[in-house]
Amino acid sequence: MKQNKSTKHRPQTKPNNSKNKISGSGFFSKIEGYRDQHAHALFSSLGRMVASPFASIVTIVVLAITISLAGGFYMLVVNVQQLTGSLEDSNQISLFLKDDVSDAYAAEFADTLKQNVNVQSVTIISKEKGLQEFETYSGFGSAINALEVNPLPIVVQVLPKDTLVDEQSLIALFDELKRSAEVDQAQMDMQWVKRLQSIVAIAKRGTTLLALMLAIAVIFVTGNTIRLEVHNRRDEIVIARLVGATNSFIQRPFLYNGFWIGFVSGVMAWFIITIMMLILKQSVEKLSALYNDAFKMLFFSYSETFVLLGISCLLAVLGSCAVLQFQLRYTKLN
Amino acid sequence: MLKFEHVTKRYHETGDVLKDVTFHLQRGEIAFLTGHSGAGKSTLLKLIALIERPTRGQIILDGHSLNHIKENQIPYLRRKMGFIFQDYKLLQDRTVFDNVALPLVITGQSHHDIARRVRASLDKVGLLGKERQYPLALSGGEQQRVGIARAVVNKPPLIIADEPTGNLDPELSAEIMTLFESFQQVGVTVLIASHDLFLIKKLNHRVLTLDHGQLIAS
Ligand SMILES: Nc1ncnc2c1ncn2[C@@H]1O[C@H](COP(=O)(O)OP(=O)(O)O)[C@@H](O)[C@H]1O
Ligand SMILES: [Mg+2]
Repeated sequence: MKQNKSTKHRPQTKPNNSKNKISGSGFFSKIEGYRDQHAHALFSSLGRMVASPFASIVTIVVLAITISLAGGFYMLVVNVQQLTGSLEDSNQISLFLKDDVSDAYAAEFADTLKQNVNVQSVTIISKEKGLQEFETYSGFGSAINALEVNPLPIVVQVLPKDTLVDEQSLIALFDELKRSAEVDQAQMDMQWVKRLQSIVAIAKRGTTLLALMLAIAVIFVTGNTIRLEVHNRRDEIVIARLVGATNSFIQRPFLYNGFWIGFVSGVMAWFIITIMMLILKQSVEKLSALYNDAFKMLFFSYSETFVLLGISCLLAVLGSCAVLQFQLRYTKLN
Repeated sequence: MLKFEHVTKRYHETGDVLKDVTFHLQRGEIAFLTGHSGAGKSTLLKLIALIERPTRGQIILDGHSLNHIKENQIPYLRRKMGFIFQDYKLLQDRTVFDNVALPLVITGQSHHDIARRVRASLDKVGLLGKERQYPLALSGGEQQRVGIARAVVNKPPLIIADEPTGNLDPELSAEIMTLFESFQQVGVTVLIASHDLFLIKKLNHRVLTLDHGQLIAS
């Protein structure tokens, strides 16, 4: 409704269209007008937001935090998921020997294991070496030093033959090794990979539920903001109605307002998540070094960014739309 | 052009505000609607504007009964009428240009056409050169002329004014009336609700008089 202050220079209509333009209400003129109307509503709503930033800033911050909660959990799941992916092919078996087994006996035990046709290689991690590794990587070194005896068991790591790919035979080997008299506990890495995978599956479902709740919150918060905006501009709506504005015309600036709220919130949420991930990056990379850099932190891809913004805009417009359907019907003219 | 046939309007709270009103305005006719305060003048105009619907009877505009107009067709019908109000109903945070342009903007006309027609309309009411001003910077008479420019900018065949001079002194009122007469001369039908009997008497036009909802003279 607001006019551009300076009359914009517009490109001349091509000569072959000119006969349609004579009346001033020809087809091309109509299209032009329709486009003007939309462009106008789009930018005047942005202008209005920029002109009175405090009206929308609270909403936008609340929405940005809400969206970044959902998006942040999503990124967490994505990252943990790729971690389980990179670990999937490692199926090392760790045998924790009983406490009374000596180093010499452990070496003997390892030798017998090497005879097994299904075994590729065997590594012994002595109590001392285990302690050393623990000190370097866990950060609990001083706590361990306070203990008088080394609490760690001797660990024998068994790598099954590459030919042993199916789960059945792996489990058979695992059970066989576990039954040995020297072995206290046995662990196949695959198990915790599996466990991690199921945790990720739960986390995924949880994130979906959370995202759904937060999506509803976004719809309501935007809806409420638009409701207030409609209330503030009641006079304008009434006047527009009286001069023959259709509902869709009256709705348009409010819908675009909702769109901008969603868009700006989405962009802000993107930055919030990305900055938080950058803060975490260093510690994650340290951790990753423990696993031969198996893990690289994943940030938003282009398509994920697009989807994030798209969903933000969509939800905000949806909220605005719902409120407008209701509000405009009950805005009486007298 | 505009026909009322046995129109009755009943409000739940106040009962029959208009009772069996019948009259016919010819195309290009100018008429005053008068009567005491609360006689039902505004209500009658609201029925024409489809802000309210008649309880009984029908209103025929340009040969079409308004009873059959559906809710979503109302905007298109309102574009054929120009409304003028006692309190001007201007957007205070928009310039004179934007206010006058509103009826054109909603119909989706291009900037170029809008600018041309807004200037023509402001010229007609003698406000050319005030496009950039805001309504509050204008006098009452000027604000009402902005309201009139907005009402006629899309050249409606029917102009409806509710106490257009209610807030103006006699001199300005006379000016506004002269404007209405100039629209009539180009074939526009004009219906003006007013209780300014002095002004009405001075101008020799048709007078419809309402008394407690009944048309007692037409
Ligand atoms: N929306 C409404 N609901 C109930 N009564 C109304 C409504 N609008 C007007 N009235 C009543 O209708 C009568 C006529 O009002 P109105 O048409 O405004 O009179 P006028 O414009 O001639 O002064 C008044 O008694 C008023 O109280
Ligand atoms: Mg009145």
